[in-house]
Amino acid sequence: MSEATAILPEVDISVPTKKSLHLGSRFLKALCWVAGFVAIGILLLIVAYILINGVPEFFYRDEQGALQFKSSLFAVKYSSRNLSMLPAIINTLTMTLLSLLVSVPLGVGGGIYLAEYAKPGSKLVKAIRVTAVTLAGIPSIIYALFGMLVFVVTLKMGISMLSGALTLGTMTLPLILRQTEESLLSVPMSYREGSFGLGAGKLRTTVRIVLPVAMPGILAAVLLSIGRISGETAALIFTSGTGTSIAGIADSGRTLAVHLFKLQEEGRAVGASFAVAVVLLIIVVLMNALSSYIARKLTKKG
Amino acid sequence: MQHRKNVSEGLMRGLFLASACVCIFAVGVICYFLFANGLPFFAEYSVWDFITGTEWAPTRGIFGILPMIVGSFLVTFGALLLGAPIGVLTAILMARFAAKPVVKIMKPAIALLAGIPSVVYGFFGLKLLVPFTRNTLGGNGLSMFVASILLAIMILPTIIQTSEAAINAVPNSYYEGSLAMGATHESSVFRAIVPAAKSGIVSGIVLGIGRAIGETTAILMVAGNQARMPTGILSGVRTLTVNVLLEMGYAADLHRESLIATGVVLFVIVMAINFLFSFINRRRVMQ
Repeated sequence: MSEATAILPEVDISVPTKKSLHLGSRFLKALCWVAGFVAIGILLLIVAYILINGVPEFFYRDEQGALQFKSSLFAVKYSSRNLSMLPAIINTLTMTLLSLLVSVPLGVGGGIYLAEYAKPGSKLVKAIRVTAVTLAGIPSIIYALFGMLVFVVTLKMGISMLSGALTLGTMTLPLILRQTEESLLSVPMSYREGSFGLGAGKLRTTVRIVLPVAMPGILAAVLLSIGRISGETAALIFTSGTGTSIAGIADSGRTLAVHLFKLQEEGRAVGASFAVAVVLLIIVVLMNALSSYIARKLTKKG
Repeated sequence: MQHRKNVSEGLMRGLFLASACVCIFAVGVICYFLFANGLPFFAEYSVWDFITGTEWAPTRGIFGILPMIVGSFLVTFGALLLGAPIGVLTAILMARFAAKPVVKIMKPAIALLAGIPSVVYGFFGLKLLVPFTRNTLGGNGLSMFVASILLAIMILPTIIQTSEAAINAVPNSYYEGSLAMGATHESSVFRAIVPAAKSGIVSGIVLGIGRAIGETTAILMVAGNQARMPTGILSGVRTLTVNVLLEMGYAADLHRESLIATGVVLFVIVMAINFLFSFINRRRVMQ
């Protein structure tokens, strides 16, 4: 009895008349369904609008009226006539790879330290946690200023893919760090005990036994990061810039998202913009689907 | 052999520790460079005039960012007005009313909503919402109104995911106790479970505010970006974030410093909101 009152301090137990109780709550429940439909409806609207307007942009009709693929959209060199998005696609891949080269080793290493080595509750661990949360909450325009001031100007890397990648690497670091830590912590203690029991050291246990089990969780975070990197604009405009060709590490090059932004800003080529939006949307859907597929597999196993 | 093993153990431990500390280092560097480059501006221009000035005319050396501060808050407020009720109600639906298969479809859909890049949202807003507003409500469509709608959509996933987690974390005994007292399923949800999840829901909304204040690209594409006090929901508006992105490309000298100072103001606001978020969260954990 006393336990029940302890657990239920806030419940309003004055039972209203049946009618009023039904009306109010039923109405709210109906509102819940309305809200749910609105939320899903908005998503469908956005996806459908982009696809319906964008997909036809990949094709054109030739003189005979036959449907042809507009391969000029994927020409190696961008020009204001063909508005090719191939350089931007390749730059997006480069940018993703470079950014992950920064954030994955640091994030996974840091996650390993927090989960396997650190004394929980120590001042250092607290500081790492607080700063990771802070990093995750900083808006991308602040990252843009940071990247510009630190990498472009102070470290003299100039407006280059490298500057952009270091900026985005910092931006995605907290995501990978926290996910790695959580995945490692969810690995049962018995795995470690078993490994120690067989004479393996701390390092071998962590890398060979614990890390592989946590891999799917880490992979899901990496895929989400890929989605974020390929969709980022604000943080890249002043760091990796808007160069239109296939860029090397030291060159300025626009990613797909920046490409869409610039096409829009220049106010031309609505059709090509829709086509770029389609490709961006496909990338994001793919990364999300893969990530949740892996997450689902993970929970099934666990 | 034993010795070499110990060396590599120690080395790797050090490397792991170092990579964990990169977070601290990064925050330090961001703060240092932002403040070191932004604060000198206030030696030449009074902080008070900067924050309360209503005129922004860099070519004449007048830097008042009050319209942008007001703009940021108004757009965010509008986004909350639309996004918070829809988000919280959807979260309640997913946590307590919808059947499992429905939830199984909704969850990835909400995650997808979170994954759509802001430039795509902006593009969608510009091509569909702006002309729609122009034709139905008047004005040129590039407005606070459209920016708020777009932001509301963008913060939906944050609010839904945090609220749903908070509602699911309420012990089942609350619900069972309410049922045992003769309440229906619906009223148990709204009178016992949701109030108990209140602080979690509030923290989700605060997180959404942080997202909305920091959003740049999508707003820039639909808000019109006039650097003056907004006069109504259909008037154009410029936020702090947009001010930086819009002018940083060509700004020099004092103008450039004023933009970094704008970043400092934004940074302080966002940090205050994040602090509020972790404060609410900590209180909730203590409860």
